[in-house]
Amino acid sequence: MLRRIQETVAARERITPAQALWLLRDADLMDLAELASLRRRHWVGERAFYQYNFNVNHTNICGNKCKLCAFYRDEAKGYTLTPEDVGEAVATVHARGVDEVHVVGGLNDKMPYSYYLNLVKAIKSVSPSIHIQGFTAVEIDFFATLKGSSSLDVLTEFMDAGLDSLPGGGSEIFSERVRALICENKAPAEVWLRIHEEAHQLGMTSNATMLYGHVETDEEIIDHLERLRRVQDRTRGFRAFVPLKFFPKNTELGAGGRASSGVFDARLLATARLFLDNFPHLKSLWMIYGYKGAQVGLAFGADDIGGTYFDETIVHAAGAQTPKSLTEAEICGLLQRAGRTPVKVNSGYQGVTYG
Amino acid sequence: MDERVYEKALAGERLTPAEGLALFAWDLSDLGRLAQAARQRHNPGRIVTFVVDLNLNLTNVCAHECAFCAFWRKEGSPDAYLLSDQEIANAVAAAVSAGASQVMIQGGVHPGLSISDYERILRMLRLAHPQLALHVLSPTEIAGLARADTLTIRDTLTRLRAAGMDSLPGGGAEILVDRVRNRVSPRKISACGWLDVMETAHQMGMRSTATMMFGCIETHAERIDHLDKIRALQDRTGGFRAFIPWTFLPANTRLAEVPRAGGLDYLQTLAISRIYLDNIQHIATGWLTEGIEVAQLGLFLGADDFGGTLSREEVIRSAGGGADASRQEIERAIRLAGFFPARRNTGYEIITDG
Repeated sequence: MLRRIQETVAARERITPAQALWLLRDADLMDLAELASLRRRHWVGERAFYQYNFNVNHTNICGNKCKLCAFYRDEAKGYTLTPEDVGEAVATVHARGVDEVHVVGGLNDKMPYSYYLNLVKAIKSVSPSIHIQGFTAVEIDFFATLKGSSSLDVLTEFMDAGLDSLPGGGSEIFSERVRALICENKAPAEVWLRIHEEAHQLGMTSNATMLYGHVETDEEIIDHLERLRRVQDRTRGFRAFVPLKFFPKNTELGAGGRASSGVFDARLLATARLFLDNFPHLKSLWMIYGYKGAQVGLAFGADDIGGTYFDETIVHAAGAQTPKSLTEAEICGLLQRAGRTPVKVNSGYQGVTYG
Repeated sequence: MDERVYEKALAGERLTPAEGLALFAWDLSDLGRLAQAARQRHNPGRIVTFVVDLNLNLTNVCAHECAFCAFWRKEGSPDAYLLSDQEIANAVAAAVSAGASQVMIQGGVHPGLSISDYERILRMLRLAHPQLALHVLSPTEIAGLARADTLTIRDTLTRLRAAGMDSLPGGGAEILVDRVRNRVSPRKISACGWLDVMETAHQMGMRSTATMMFGCIETHAERIDHLDKIRALQDRTGGFRAFIPWTFLPANTRLAEVPRAGGLDYLQTLAISRIYLDNIQHIATGWLTEGIEVAQLGLFLGADDFGGTLSREEVIRSAGGGADASRQEIERAIRLAGFFPARRNTGYEIITDG
């Protein structure tokens, strides 16, 4: 099995789902590190990427009430930031050099469609040079319901307002079995994938995530990757794959799923890098794996450990013990000591050339 | 990666300092394979040991005031402490009844404590717990006691051993290069002084561990220099049971601007330690400073020991280290990584629970 996979990867060709499953479960960890590093080098060489970004979670009021989430509140206990609040906060950090804003929040149906659109306009009015990565496919789908039109309409309108790319959240695990258990009210897999495909067709880029470490099986992980790989074959619009490890604290789902293991994290990163041969970037986010774990990911195929992320709240609501933001110097230091050349980019990875 | 050096290390041959230094540019996969081969030579199989222990920091008053340390206080400062004999006795009794086989006692170099205080404490513990391993006092503390009572190192160790001391923890080694020590711990024992205490103890038949605190202000070459000094001493005495590398944690220290080492920084140096130290049997992976996840990966980079449960450890925690792990969590972490946990004693012999 190993020999065949080594030849396939060296020839820059495609591995099968069965081979990916074997890599995830059975391959030697050092073989995984070596193979994933080879594929990473094919794409980006010794460069590693980061963003100087700011996180906006504009509301935590959400009607979906997913069992996997510790962030949502009902209307009585939640908050909603106005576009003016958001614009002001962005102006402050923009003055400090931040050139990218991530906007992700709850599905608050007490706010009109125009509220969400105005968030984009408020940020873009601070400076047109700010890259806005905003709104998961689940949010776009919700906006379409609010507006009573199609997701394609919504995407077009948001893009015209200044939205540059979509984050990868909300995909969780595509398996219908798992979604019924952990996020029964959330937009189904087909909707998530369709919205990303539509965004790509409009010329936007996006990321894809996978939330693992709860009730999913190894096969469901590979199935998730395969559905992403298929869309990417058609659109080439995905930039980075971003594994998200589940933090059970404060969620209704709680513990009891796959036990946390640094070894499994490394196996998963490497398998994703090898199977998703059409994704240029793989992130081992420091806010997920910690300052220390994220750097380890660089040896298992990752080429990005995330940006500065001032003020992230969703992952931390679920009990992540990771820091709430890192400085540019800390990020660059981690990358450099791993033997990489840090390159500052926006989340569209604009201007990056590939080997 | 240099094929010649790879083959040489794979065959178990000794690397030169220059060859060791070159390893820092290698991919983790190559280091991991060599470190795993070395691990299998020293400790065949998939058993990973750990010790159930109590880590007692007797006092945080310390005359050394090292820049890298967040634990020390001046005498008389409001949060300075010194455990009473009764507190020590209670903590140790509780740990023993919870299954501890070892107590590690380390602390500040308190100017008010003399060798007779330690003799009294050791006798008290030895009397109450004849089977308990007393793994106490790093070379810095030994040298401090010797100086305070104008004793030789040998006499100091002889008296402590007579009072019940079994073995020495390897702390205070930091980086055994005086350029580094002069900057981060100028009042602490010199590199030679540290090695001298260890050599004397080994000659007397006592056993110890050795540590390295890295990721501070030292260069890669200075890390290799450190490993080389440990290896040379081990050639003479064979007294080191294990090597325990750990990373500097800058929070709450005077060196707070030094960037923290990442997990890859740690794993790389862990593997290089395993490859370079061809004469030390055990290498520990460090969950306390690196976290459980990185420590698990350390088992693939040459480590065969998960350290101790370290209940009550204060020094690392004061510098922002932070994990807490019970015995069950350590066993689970080892199993999840694909290895078999086994409880050991201070001499690294596997013990079965009675």
